[in-house]
Amino acid sequence: MAVRLAWGLALAFAISSPFWMSGYHLYQFSQVLIYAIALLGLNLLTGYNGQLSLGHGAFFAIGGYGAAILIVKFGLPFWLAIPIASAVCFVAGFLFGFPALRFGGLYLALATFALAVAAPQLLAFKGIDFLTGGSQGLQVPKPGALLGLPMTTDQSVFWLCLIAAVALFVIAGNLVRGRFGRALVAIRDHPIAAESMGVNAALYKTICFGVSALYAGVAGGLDAVAVGFVSPESFGLALSLAFLVGIVVGGLASIGGVLFGALFIEFVPNYADQLTVYFGENAKALPGAVYGLLMILMMAAAPMGIAGLLRSLARASGLRSQ
Amino acid sequence: MMNRRQFLTSAAALAAATQARADDMPGITAKEIKIGQTMPYSGPASAYGVIGKTEAAYFKMINAQGGVNGRMVNFISLDDGYSPPKTVEQTRRLVEEEKVAFLFNPLGTPPNLAIRDYCNKNGVPQLYVATGAATFSDPAHFKWTLGLQPNYQTESGIFGKHILATKPKAKIAVLYQNDGFGKDYLIGLKAGLGADHAGMIVKAASYETSEPTVDSQVTELQGSGADVFLIAATPKFAAQAIRKSFDLGWDATRYVTDVSLSIATVLKPAGLAKAKGLITANYGKDASDPRWKDDAGFKQYKDFVEKHMSARDLVDSNAIYGFNAAILMVHVLKQCGNDLSRANILKQATNIDGLELPMLLPGIKINTSPTNYSPIRQMQLQSFNGSSWELFGDILQG
Repeated sequence: MAVRLAWGLALAFAISSPFWMSGYHLYQFSQVLIYAIALLGLNLLTGYNGQLSLGHGAFFAIGGYGAAILIVKFGLPFWLAIPIASAVCFVAGFLFGFPALRFGGLYLALATFALAVAAPQLLAFKGIDFLTGGSQGLQVPKPGALLGLPMTTDQSVFWLCLIAAVALFVIAGNLVRGRFGRALVAIRDHPIAAESMGVNAALYKTICFGVSALYAGVAGGLDAVAVGFVSPESFGLALSLAFLVGIVVGGLASIGGVLFGALFIEFVPNYADQLTVYFGENAKALPGAVYGLLMILMMAAAPMGIAGLLRSLARASGLRSQ
Repeated sequence: MMNRRQFLTSAAALAAATQARADDMPGITAKEIKIGQTMPYSGPASAYGVIGKTEAAYFKMINAQGGVNGRMVNFISLDDGYSPPKTVEQTRRLVEEEKVAFLFNPLGTPPNLAIRDYCNKNGVPQLYVATGAATFSDPAHFKWTLGLQPNYQTESGIFGKHILATKPKAKIAVLYQNDGFGKDYLIGLKAGLGADHAGMIVKAASYETSEPTVDSQVTELQGSGADVFLIAATPKFAAQAIRKSFDLGWDATRYVTDVSLSIATVLKPAGLAKAKGLITANYGKDASDPRWKDDAGFKQYKDFVEKHMSARDLVDSNAIYGFNAAILMVHVLKQCGNDLSRANILKQATNIDGLELPMLLPGIKINTSPTNYSPIRQMQLQSFNGSSWELFGDILQG
């Protein structure tokens, strides 16, 4: 009950926000939704299926560049470009899932880490710069009003992100509650037992990788449209690491948790940055330290992430949780 | 940690506060001029953060001396980590929430590209961007965006003219980084040589920053029989090219970009003896050069650093850069007088006639006009004598 109420409130907040929020804050909350979609994908893979990825920034980049190239170079509308780019991401993720089968745990983390390191350099590669714009990147035109309704660019971008996020959250929720989700969790917790129960572990793991990459791709495509610009620097290693921080802070294997994770990676660095005002101009390195400290405190106070913390609070107060 | 309710209240409070302010001269009150900036204080390019710190310290000093025409400078410099999406977000915060009058010296090519459309659509001056990319000096298309330092094309154009003057029959080989920076070099060199002499470039080879070495490119370039070697490379690769060309016994006049003129990070790793005879161009004073010991401009800079920064910043070329840029900015604001509308700020920023700055080489002047968006176009050549750079020849214009 409480969980449903929370979802309802979140949705009501989101739907009302374009009507009263400033353009800048709408932009920030569009970013939150975009991060939430990417985190959801990563959480399916890492939280539910136990495959650790440090390289989701690379799939995010494929989605972003894919959409940007389709829009800028091929003149496709964004509502066509983003799904196509995401489908490419699904294929890329699915294919990467095969070698991933041979790596477990930390080895997979390293292999995906390599993806994240390589992505910015591959994007600047000379052979494809007629498409990617090389290190200069691509300027992506912003979408106008949706369906001819009177709205600003920020409002259309926000609606776009919200519609995509709601759809993808519902799909992910259904996925993990059903047969597919049970298989993913079984493979994570006890692969041998899962296989002896008749779960095709290889198939499920590769499909999970593909779906996860697809989510990252949708997020990347939306990001390219929201920011209006892609360049190799947009998809650095820090992005992949931020995703990992997001799912751990939000709560592994939690659908709702990724919202908290997304809020954390969007807002906490900003607030940490604002602290420097109180410490003078020589404290410009401080935000990193504050961010780090906050993360340590978070992990000490809520080792299962914010979703885990809420769950145990609800249990303690006698409320039923999921 | 923030919960949703705190977000709601803080967001609502901010939205209410922003609607209350007047809008005819954004960022300007009777007592204040609000200036915004994005700067990589974190991330891979954080070494440049010194620029923002220096500028903040300089504006603070100006405020302590009574401000600009009686107004205090409120300089808000935000971290973007050199990540374009973050630059967009922080710039929107500066423009829409903080309501700054304009942006001053935001750093980096990709970050500035990401916000250029936004600034030009909204009429926000994007002044003196901290990048050498020539694309930011394009008044015909982006009238609100203004460069600062000599762009890469200007510098390599100067090399081209010097080659024509000293070795009219030269055969030129070029090593360039495969990105906007390297390609700008090639374009500038061709422009400097002029259309009739473009054939003097006998070979050009590029490298990717992901490659471990450029040895094979250097060997290939030597094979072309060139007697002039232009190195348009970032520090690590410039060091490799300098060493390799010496080790091959390639007897060519070598030019290197000012991006890679650092003795500590380029010439020492290459080997000082192997770097002898290199030619580069420069526009600023080197704080470690004893020649400027009694120079009035240098003394002014040294005095500022000792009082308002820390001693280790003195020889940092980024601190010198920020010092010059902040002085230029204060000059423009003074020139604006009491009309601090965005239109007048842009007008005055593009109306500078022969301004000299304390840490620019003597004779180098800043000039801008509504059709000239490259404030510093002059440089002086210098050659490496095995231990330090020696200026020679006249001030050249690219």
